[in-house]
Amino acid sequence: MIRLEDLTKSYETPQGPVIAVDRVSFEVGSGETCVLLGPSGCGKTTTLRMINRLVAPSAGKIYLAGRDTDTVDPVELRRGIGYVIQQIGLFPNMTVAENIGVVPRLLGWDAARRRRRAEELLALLALPPGAFADRYPSELSGGQAQRVGVARALAVDPPVLLMDEPFAALDPVNREAIQDEFLRMQQKLRKTILFVSHDIDEAVKMADRIAIFNAGRLVQFAAPDEMLAHPADAFVASFVGRDRTLKRLRLTRVREVMTGADDGSGDTNVPAVSADDDLRGVAALFLESDTESLRCIDAAGRVIGIVKRSAVAARLAIDDSR
Amino acid sequence: METLAFILHNLPAIGERTVEHLSIVSVAVGIAIITGVPIGIAITQSRRTADTVLYLGSIVMTIPSIALFGVLIPILSKIGQGIGWLPAVIAAMLYAQLPIIRNTYTAIRNVDPALRSAAIGMGMSVQQRLARVEIPIALPVIIAGVRIAVVINIGVTAIAAYIGAGGLGTFISRGISQSDIRQLITGALALGLLAIAADYSLLWLQKRLTPRGLVKHIDRP
Repeated sequence: MIRLEDLTKSYETPQGPVIAVDRVSFEVGSGETCVLLGPSGCGKTTTLRMINRLVAPSAGKIYLAGRDTDTVDPVELRRGIGYVIQQIGLFPNMTVAENIGVVPRLLGWDAARRRRRAEELLALLALPPGAFADRYPSELSGGQAQRVGVARALAVDPPVLLMDEPFAALDPVNREAIQDEFLRMQQKLRKTILFVSHDIDEAVKMADRIAIFNAGRLVQFAAPDEMLAHPADAFVASFVGRDRTLKRLRLTRVREVMTGADDGSGDTNVPAVSADDDLRGVAALFLESDTESLRCIDAAGRVIGIVKRSAVAARLAIDDSR
Repeated sequence: METLAFILHNLPAIGERTVEHLSIVSVAVGIAIITGVPIGIAITQSRRTADTVLYLGSIVMTIPSIALFGVLIPILSKIGQGIGWLPAVIAAMLYAQLPIIRNTYTAIRNVDPALRSAAIGMGMSVQQRLARVEIPIALPVIIAGVRIAVVINIGVTAIAAYIGAGGLGTFISRGISQSDIRQLITGALALGLLAIAADYSLLWLQKRLTPRGLVKHIDRP
């Protein structure tokens, strides 16, 4: 869906040319979320901004759905790509509904259709349209404002979303909530998303693929579990952190490691887990107690399987030796 | 008491002079808005141009109005308009430029860069960005510049009585030359009231044209 080929950006400075992005190539499939990850100044935001041509590439090509974006007028190109920024950038002179209606209006939708679409999107993002459509941005909290920012980017249902650290300015509680909502929404909408972040936890949570940058170069492009299990080099290893094994626990669900039947070995003194939990809670329970196996229960409280300590360890070990 | 009697006796003349005064001020400020606002927006593109333009504007402000009239007389005499309405309007228009250009420039430059970034990223053209985002947000500050220009111009136009442009300054110039305190006070009083009235009505306009979302404390039902 999005393909970058040797994308390069260099700036002329009095000290000579500085290469901000150095021959970056990768491809993101339709419906995938790719997180561009790295420390500040690594070229991830510049790469993102070259895709909607807020920054002109010095060399290289970008293909959107097979089309070379150099052949498209930048203004037309941008109207077809949703764009969300950290500062949100809601226009303070417009109501929430008018903000969401900006791109539809640029595309000539009539007022009634813009209004309908705004209400539909507000509902999708868990903001009751009746209470929010006619508010001004100054009357919103940070989390509400960024939900509106996301709604605005989705207004004309673009296949591609570019998100530049969209949740970085929110407090941790709000950030988790909006990330979860966004993931739920993405399961329905299946947009192709490029998402800039400097937060490894966010990347592991949101991404189908992670592109990790250092000093303008793409150093690894892999699925989160792969990156955590096999960092490409010392930089990636230090960036993902020594606790990368613990981070991998989040990526695995209980149902992937449990044995399918209740063999009676489950420790009844330890709380049971659910099949859709990730392994972090399971690991915590194993660390807190000296039990060897946990019960896994369904919504009705019936035991549907057993999680063994050895199975969790094996899961992490198998991937590591791959 | 004498002055009051003079004022009451001369109400029609005061009205006429006020209309003259306002015709000069409104034409001058009108032209200054039509020219100054686009100039203020244009110079946001280049820091150096902006500095030059604002510097020139400041120089104009330092010229005493009576000197400016003196300069305009020989120039406009060539088209037979050395004194009267035209030089008054031109001088007032020049004095109105700086506050309008400077406020427009400052207001547009102070628009949050994130808004500009969002507007461009969403696919707005330059004109759409100006018309839908930057100018509406800058409008209160631009109108504040117009208010300053109007008040300055009411003062400048009072001096224009000396080059035969009429207006409320006539009472003052005659009051001085005839040593008539009644005319002097009448002129000064009328000018003061006119400046206050103009300032308040523009303040009202400024509030009306401030986008609702920019009003700090919005009272909602």
